Amino acid sequence: MRPLIGLVGVFVLAAAAIAGEISPSERKSGYDFMARETRAMQDDDTANPGMLWVLEGTTLWTRATGAAGRACADCHGDARASMKGVAARYPAFDAAKGRPVNLEQRINACRVDRQQASPLAYESRELLALSAFVARQSRGMPIAATIDDRTRPFLEAGGATYERRQGQLNLACSQCHDTNWGRQLAGNVIPQAHPTGYPLYRLEWQSLGSLQRRLRGCLTGIRAEPYEYGAPELVDLELYLMWRARGMPMDAPAVRP
Amino acid sequence: MASALINVPARAKRGEIIEIKTLISHVMETGFRRTQVGAVIPRNIIRRFVCTYNGTEVFSADLHPAISANPFFVFSTVATESGTLAFTWTGDNGFSVTESATITVE
Repeated sequence: MRPLIGLVGVFVLAAAAIAGEISPSERKSGYDFMARETRAMQDDDTANPGMLWVLEGTTLWTRATGAAGRACADCHGDARASMKGVAARYPAFDAAKGRPVNLEQRINACRVDRQQASPLAYESRELLALSAFVARQSRGMPIAATIDDRTRPFLEAGGATYERRQGQLNLACSQCHDTNWGRQLAGNVIPQAHPTGYPLYRLEWQSLGSLQRRLRGCLTGIRAEPYEYGAPELVDLELYLMWRARGMPMDAPAVRP
Repeated sequence: MASALINVPARAKRGEIIEIKTLISHVMETGFRRTQVGAVIPRNIIRRFVCTYNGTEVFSADLHPAISANPFFVFSTVATESGTLAFTWTGDNGFSVTESATITVE
């Protein structure tokens, strides 16, 4: 066991020397690491299982709900125009909450405030359907989370979480996704962690899932206690990841292995 | 909910081989998994898929527990005449979904 520990030590030192942000020319979406067959599944709207949720979202968009008896479409109209590029800007600052909120929280805020309906549970079929439908309208558009004086502290907090070692394995996000991307972790290639396609259909999940589900999975993987769905730490991390992926095209709903 | 996506060419030439794609939303629970307290999660799968072309069966499949969630089928048939392609999925717990698509053959 001892030689192995020594090897890991050398490796970590070498890794620290080249740590840092990935240059724009080297940035790759998870799509670029996938097998040809999985890419084909994502590219064909009739084969991409994420489109089942988008289809359901299309129905929910025009369905009146809550005490107000309003549908999303009653305020926002045709989503193809009104929601174009919206998902690419989230998490966005919410003046009422005084902090950034992600797309799922925005949808739920709309449900509670405007439709007077109960908020949807995280990872529920309806919330995934609505967020997939909204995110679909941004396909191909560059990621552009707004960073200004109001959001900068949260971006910095997210960045700090990204760089902080956590869990029993004592690993930071950056150690895999900045320093060792492209290398193997068991049978899988480590991607660069650019959230271009959320919510996405993960073959391992056999379902659509949000970015927070993915982040919680990563935290469990490094044997840290995952933050609850909707926790400010996760939203800050989402903001940091979107900023880190700025300019990359959205491909939601994506398919990932 | 609208649970199936079907892709059939809207028009085709007589005698042409057409490709048909179907995707349906289903959990395909195997019946082999257990909950955290050890109780078996009952099997819930689609057992059969049938496609008929103007009433004649052109494709069918039996499904088994090892098939993944949201089964996707791609198959082909010969465009013989204008009409309706009907797709039926049946399975456990009385699951039954029927969708149809029309095709114009010139």
